Amino acid sequence: MSSLNLTLRVWRQKGANGEGKFVDYQLSDVSTDSSFLEMMDLLNNQLESKGEEPVAFDHDCREGICGACSMFINGQPHGPERGTTACQLHMRSFQDGDTIVIEPWRARPFPVIKDLVVDRSAFDRIIAAGGYVSAKTGSAPDANAIPIPKPDADEAMDAATCIGCGACVAACKNASAMLFVSAKVSQFALLPQGRVERAARVRNMVEKMDAEGFGNCTNTGACEAECPKEISLANIARLNREWLRSNFVLG
Amino acid sequence: MVLDSKAPQGAIEKSWDEHRFNLKLVNPANKRKYTVIVVGTGLAGASAAATLAELGYHVKSFCIQDSPRRAHSIAAQGGVNAAKNYPNDGDSVHRLFYDTVKGGDYRAREANVYRLAQVSNNIIDQCVAQGVPFAREYSGMLANRSFGGAQVSRTFYAKGQTGQQLLLGAYSALMRQVHEGRVELYPRTEMLDVVVEDGKARGIVTRNVVTGKIESHAGHAVCLATGGYSNVFFLSTNAMACNVTAAYRAYKRGAYFANPCYTQIHPTCIPVAGEHQSKLTLMSESLRNDGRVWVPKEIGDQRHPSSIPESERDYYLERRYPSFGNLVPRDVASRAAKAACDEGRGVGASGLAVYLDFADAIKRDSRAAIEARYGNLFHMYAKITGEDPYSTPMRIFPAPHYTMGGLWVDYNLQSTIPGLFVLGEANFSDHGANRLGASALMQGLADGYFVIPYTIGPYLDGLARENDMAINPNGSAFKTSEQEATARINKMLNINGSQTVDDFHKKLGRIMWDNCGMSRNAEGLKKAIDTIPKLREEFWNDVSVTGTPGEFNQVLERAGRVADFLEFGELMCRDALTREESCGGHFREEHQTEENEARRDDENFTHAAAWEYKGDDNEPTRHKEALEFKYVKLTQRSYK
Ligand SMILES: Cc1cc2nc3c(=O)[nH]c(=O)nc-3n(C[C@H](O)[C@H](O)[C@H](O)COP(=O)(O)OP(=O)(O)OC[C@H]3O[C@@H](n4cnc5c(N)ncnc54)[C@H](O)[C@@H]3O)c2cc1C
Ligand code: SF4
Ligand code: FES
Repeated sequence: MSSLNLTLRVWRQKGANGEGKFVDYQLSDVSTDSSFLEMMDLLNNQLESKGEEPVAFDHDCREGICGACSMFINGQPHGPERGTTACQLHMRSFQDGDTIVIEPWRARPFPVIKDLVVDRSAFDRIIAAGGYVSAKTGSAPDANAIPIPKPDADEAMDAATCIGCGACVAACKNASAMLFVSAKVSQFALLPQGRVERAARVRNMVEKMDAEGFGNCTNTGACEAECPKEISLANIARLNREWLRSNFVLG
Repeated sequence: MVLDSKAPQGAIEKSWDEHRFNLKLVNPANKRKYTVIVVGTGLAGASAAATLAELGYHVKSFCIQDSPRRAHSIAAQGGVNAAKNYPNDGDSVHRLFYDTVKGGDYRAREANVYRLAQVSNNIIDQCVAQGVPFAREYSGMLANRSFGGAQVSRTFYAKGQTGQQLLLGAYSALMRQVHEGRVELYPRTEMLDVVVEDGKARGIVTRNVVTGKIESHAGHAVCLATGGYSNVFFLSTNAMACNVTAAYRAYKRGAYFANPCYTQIHPTCIPVAGEHQSKLTLMSESLRNDGRVWVPKEIGDQRHPSSIPESERDYYLERRYPSFGNLVPRDVASRAAKAACDEGRGVGASGLAVYLDFADAIKRDSRAAIEARYGNLFHMYAKITGEDPYSTPMRIFPAPHYTMGGLWVDYNLQSTIPGLFVLGEANFSDHGANRLGASALMQGLADGYFVIPYTIGPYLDGLARENDMAINPNGSAFKTSEQEATARINKMLNINGSQTVDDFHKKLGRIMWDNCGMSRNAEGLKKAIDTIPKLREEFWNDVSVTGTPGEFNQVLERAGRVADFLEFGELMCRDALTREESCGGHFREEHQTEENEARRDDENFTHAAAWEYKGDDNEPTRHKEALEFKYVKLTQRSYK
């Protein structure tokens, strides 16, 4: 284990309406074994013991699965490592003497709450618009009643691993939520249980996405490149097919 | 107070059906007149809120995270059990029941466990219907894997992300009800108190963590599904926001807390690497299907694992427990790892680790096969340690993971406060003194989808019969709770001390780990009961809580939780001290067999201990619920 001395340039913003600015902090003796968030803990612990306000950031599982952590690190959502959330990024990816710039997601549908914390409830509202199979508790047949080809189940699983972090939106110059929405639409379109409601689902979710102010997809592919779960652009293609199909079905 | 479990008395196979038949139903047209508060959106809370809303109740759903989808359940890895017997390897409801009672070291209530085993199959059906993409065979049928404490393959899984997929299923059902207007969602909202009026739970007091606003919410019943308290140890595998606050506040309002000393130390976690560490990462137990646990035979052998020949390795689980081998239950595996390290045979820089080796499995099944089964776990391990587990054995060590203790509930999941129900990890119900792998997800979903929707009915129906339907968030009990919560917050903010909240949390964690962790003794527990109050006093004099109450203030949030842990830790130690036996995860050094296995004292301790709060300056009272075993014979647990 070795340790690093770092300059952190962190976005500080009091509240939703407050003006934000970058503030520089010097941090020494950061263990290369620590995670990025543990490095932030170290900074915050030092600030708190001086009676200063620590940097607010969202986090919970610290295992790359809850999707809470959401930092723009040196110009990239979740930082430089591919397929990695901020909480799973480790300080061995950085060099002694580095300056690290840390910002919140910047996208109109995700307003800043404080410092690095943003409001991503728009994602919940998109799911509420149709991101489910309407299977009431107790109404299900035996789990093996409908065999599902393994390749379909596996592909659905790949789409379903989306953690709802919003990095795709933050990475996109249009703030498009297509990758997020397409992952859910794909998961269900691939499974027999989901196909019954597929037309209404894609229609309702896409309409909600637009209403929430997310931008259009212009196929830049930045979302896929920055997605910590490596959700594939193929899902967007499937969403587009589902959308076309829904026009035939629903008119 | 006599603890009446309300467990049905007839033949256990029929008791849940009969009980359900006898439960009063609420007329469908009347359901919408009831408001049910559900705190927590993990598997237990989300499934309960969605199902209650489907039935027509008006539901208010609360969670700390910014979205219900981020509840701690999302992190569960390995799988969920059910007695489907799809592999045709001899499983049955009775066997799952038996394994769970035995795995819990005969300290759970038989009727609850039987019901759990029965509804386990409905859970899998329900999840598949929701579009949960469980792993499948090439035939298109569902796949199963094995977990510790069982000799059948009954665990359903979705890669190493089972909790995520089950929770997203429950979350989507919940969001559908939000869309239907039957659930009001309150994310980023922390419950600070349960409000009890005329002896009944009538609502909760919350803090909006964005604005800091203290608010009252009234309801006809309150369901707590607020998870476990492993974070009392500071370092645990739990998510950072996991806490005891909700359960502990309920305890202070009169709900009994059962078996707080029953904590599970999970055998396969990534070892502690240094002071910077904020949490520990679990490596799913499913890895023990293919990984072999070993340490060097020689004490102090510092060689690289690849230079230690087969003949100089001790596969101690296979040696000590030939029939279960690497798949012994967690408590047994954890203690065996500790024993190997205590002997000086631990590996890695700290000597506090053992190897989990996949070389044989890779040779047998190919690297691709292992990657398909555990890819994300291997990836996570490599990220955290910087080592490649495909070529070098993993280093693992036990870590606090799950809490079997929790608020006492009867068969209907009702606590000792009428109208307060407790679900999921927050209650004490089904796992006795040790939980088997893949059974927490099963229990959370059983409670939420298939138990509470029925068992809450009679209480609600009773309110209408007693003409007691009025609920009012401006009542005096609400005002008092709000004032107390506000006063406590202001007190913390005005200390302006020199130590951070984490400093205190770490100190408490150390005390708990050293004295109330993997093994316990009277002397250590007494010492802890003596030191914790001092640490608590130091906290209230010297903690630094920055910022103001009326804003997004994460320090304040953490301070409140740590303050409750500082009281609760003492209760855990008290419980551990009075339980003069070893059982499951509770290992008292004074009570062990010659082979260092846990020695129960069935004559004196075949009961659940439920603690009643008696005021800050008094010792709590210990009540007993006697446990009867009619279907499983009490024996010395053996996995040999
Ligand atoms: C890393 C890991 C892996 C695991 N893997 C498995 C596995 O493979 N199989 C298995 O069966 N079990 C597993 N478990 C255990 C299992 O995940 C948990 O026991 C289970 O998910 C708990 O679910 P729950 O619904 O009771 O609570 P949680 O999922 O913990 O949810 C608690 C909810 O309560 C809310 N809450 C808490 N306090 C408050 C408050 N004061 N105010 C408002 N809201 C509050 C939270 O916001 C959250 O929504 C694992 C656990 C861990 C840590
Ligand atoms: S698609 Fe990827 S980047 Fe977008 S929310 Fe899901 S996991 Fe995050
Ligand atoms: S904290 Fe959960 S994904 Fe990063």
